[in-house]
Amino acid sequence: MTWQRSLPTAILLFCVVFLITGIAYPLFVTCVAELTFPSQAHGSLVRNGSGTVIGSELIGLPFTGPLYFEGRPSSTPGSPYNAARSGGSNLGPSNPALLESVNDRIRHLENFGIPGPWPGDLVTSSGSGLDPHITLDAALLQVPVVAQARGMDEDEIRALVFQNIVSDPLSQGNPYVNVFALNRALDERGVQ
Amino acid sequence: MPAANPVLDVTLFLLFLLILTGAAVLAGRYLAAVFSGSIIRAPFSRIEHALFRLVGTSPEKEESWQGYARDLLLFNALGFLVLFFILILQGILPLNPGQIPGFSPVDALNIAVSFMTNTNWQLYSGEASASYFTQVLGFTVQNFLSAATGLCVAIAVMRGLTRKMTDRIGNFWVDMIRAVLYVLLPLACIAAFVLLSQGVIQNFDPSLTTAGYGGTGSQTIAMGPVASQEAIKELGTNGGGFFNANSAHPYENPTSFSNLFEIFLILLIPAALPFTFGILSGQKRQGWALYATMMMLFVASLGILYAAELSGNPALGLQYVPGVSMEGKEVRFGLSGTVLFSTSTTAAACGAVDAMHDSLTPLGGLVPMFLILLGEVVFGGVGSGFATMIAFVIVAVFIAGLMIGRTPEYLARKVEIFEMKMALITILVPGILVLIFVGIAAVFEGGLLGIFNPGPHGLSEIVYAFASMANNNGSAFAGLNAALPFYSLAGTVVMVVGRYVPAIAMLALAGTMARKKTIPPGPGTLPTSSPSFVLWLIAIILIVGALTFFPLFAMGPIAEHFALAGGI
Repeated sequence: MTWQRSLPTAILLFCVVFLITGIAYPLFVTCVAELTFPSQAHGSLVRNGSGTVIGSELIGLPFTGPLYFEGRPSSTPGSPYNAARSGGSNLGPSNPALLESVNDRIRHLENFGIPGPWPGDLVTSSGSGLDPHITLDAALLQVPVVAQARGMDEDEIRALVFQNIVSDPLSQGNPYVNVFALNRALDERGVQ
Repeated sequence: MPAANPVLDVTLFLLFLLILTGAAVLAGRYLAAVFSGSIIRAPFSRIEHALFRLVGTSPEKEESWQGYARDLLLFNALGFLVLFFILILQGILPLNPGQIPGFSPVDALNIAVSFMTNTNWQLYSGEASASYFTQVLGFTVQNFLSAATGLCVAIAVMRGLTRKMTDRIGNFWVDMIRAVLYVLLPLACIAAFVLLSQGVIQNFDPSLTTAGYGGTGSQTIAMGPVASQEAIKELGTNGGGFFNANSAHPYENPTSFSNLFEIFLILLIPAALPFTFGILSGQKRQGWALYATMMMLFVASLGILYAAELSGNPALGLQYVPGVSMEGKEVRFGLSGTVLFSTSTTAAACGAVDAMHDSLTPLGGLVPMFLILLGEVVFGGVGSGFATMIAFVIVAVFIAGLMIGRTPEYLARKVEIFEMKMALITILVPGILVLIFVGIAAVFEGGLLGIFNPGPHGLSEIVYAFASMANNNGSAFAGLNAALPFYSLAGTVVMVVGRYVPAIAMLALAGTMARKKTIPPGPGTLPTSSPSFVLWLIAIILIVGALTFFPLFAMGPIAEHFALAGGI
């Protein structure tokens, strides 16, 4: 064969592969998704009583204390937890700006009356900027503050935190909670 | 995760690698059967023959290495052109609910080359700059094609090393069709299903604005057909994320299980290829020897990365934040899942990330950089890593031959000057590209402008960028501003040369090896499947990798490590 004789084969084969992998395959996966996991396929959305979408199970929200448990800091462009523009801070380990952002966050927590040592996840931003989880330690640390703000019993809230540990056999002895789910449970339980 | 549990983590690693090895042995057999055509029966054989007739080829029409390379280049060029025009025209194409405008020609050039070469270096933010049309008909298609191309090269190289006295190394069109239809497509369908079950999204909805909750205000959430692309992105070691955050994004990688599953997908085909080679060469031990070489390098890298991240960032420790530095990491993956992903994605030429490599500790960040600079021979990209590994084997055989005073042979075929040249081109070209372009970037304003993190880390960013592009990985120390014209244009050149020069050199090597007569093994034959040869091969790989780049490592990550450990 030569260049000229290979060209029609290349074009025909490209068309075939284009149809199979670009059209048939994504359509097949979309159909399977609609049939088997429709809710997950559309983003594991959470609706309130009136059916309005209030968020997603999987995407973190920028909660602020002390009435709610706070999630991790977020470095998404524009605003924190901007789910239209995911991304991390990309701050290097020796970058003074990293220390500054951690210190800012520590001051913020101290203002609420949350004492150190602080779990790493509570003072650093995640890679996606949308991390929906915090470690159990990070949640427990916030319990007294939330309890005080809501006028609820600390033990009751602590129990709520434990109930909301994400069931994950691969968590390797490091339990974590979904902040959005925990905060909704909190509202269901108590006075605002 | 600040309290990581090393015992549990190591157990998880061992279990994972055991399962991977088992799956790789099976997949290796399957690949051997597919590419020799032996398991293709009716009705598939009939469909296949209809396809062959349609495109005007047949398995009997085999090509020399030149013909194979020509068809490969032609087909890739076609893929590039189609993607390039999709990128430029996406503003007027359908499936664009966000009304995203087209890319500029310079960016489109870089992106199209990046996806054609299996690099998936992304100078754009997926959810903000690419329409669904581009993601599905542009990127997903190329994810299949570039992975299949890599597989074709690996298979052709295997044929070259196992045939004798012929100048034919296979038919590119036939290999391409089989790679897509029997390997990538079915595996991608299964993988997409598993990912869907974990919560990966798959829809063509426009992005959604929620009402918010508890005073958070409303949130706009990007949507899209993610699962279909995520599956082939990992399986084909492409690595181009649907979202900017790549596999750190909860919609691409929602759970710790999906994380391990994605790592498994990344490594599956690359880990299977040594076993395929063992079967095709009729000497399974040869396959195991290559696999053992890869596995030992992998385990060592994993261990170093794990230890570095476990010991954390001393600067943060001083701020009363002990333990693992969580900057750029996700809580749900844990330290083990994060470290395993980072090691795998750079050992294989994938480039997907589930944590931001720029924010790893200095020595932690050194490991992915080192793995990429070794030429991604540790499992490697779909196909390309295996081919590079063979180049290292040829060099190892040659040097050993010189030392024991025997004509170097591999698989009973003499290794001569031409093969040595091709092997060296394969090994050295990506490295030379890295050194030259890092040098230029480090003295040229257009290069320095892109640096994000100050100090030695800035150099690390540049080194990582060119390492990643020259070896077609695609991950990044993403603080670097890759959208600058310098990186966009230089990157385009580096990606093309780094992909096709080694690929063609390896096809040439395969072509000349296929012509040779076999020599019956004698008492002086160097056994290439013995443990001592495995250690020898590792030494050669490390010497080439470490010595070529040691000054860069010393001035970048190692300098940063000592600065941090000493307190800054």
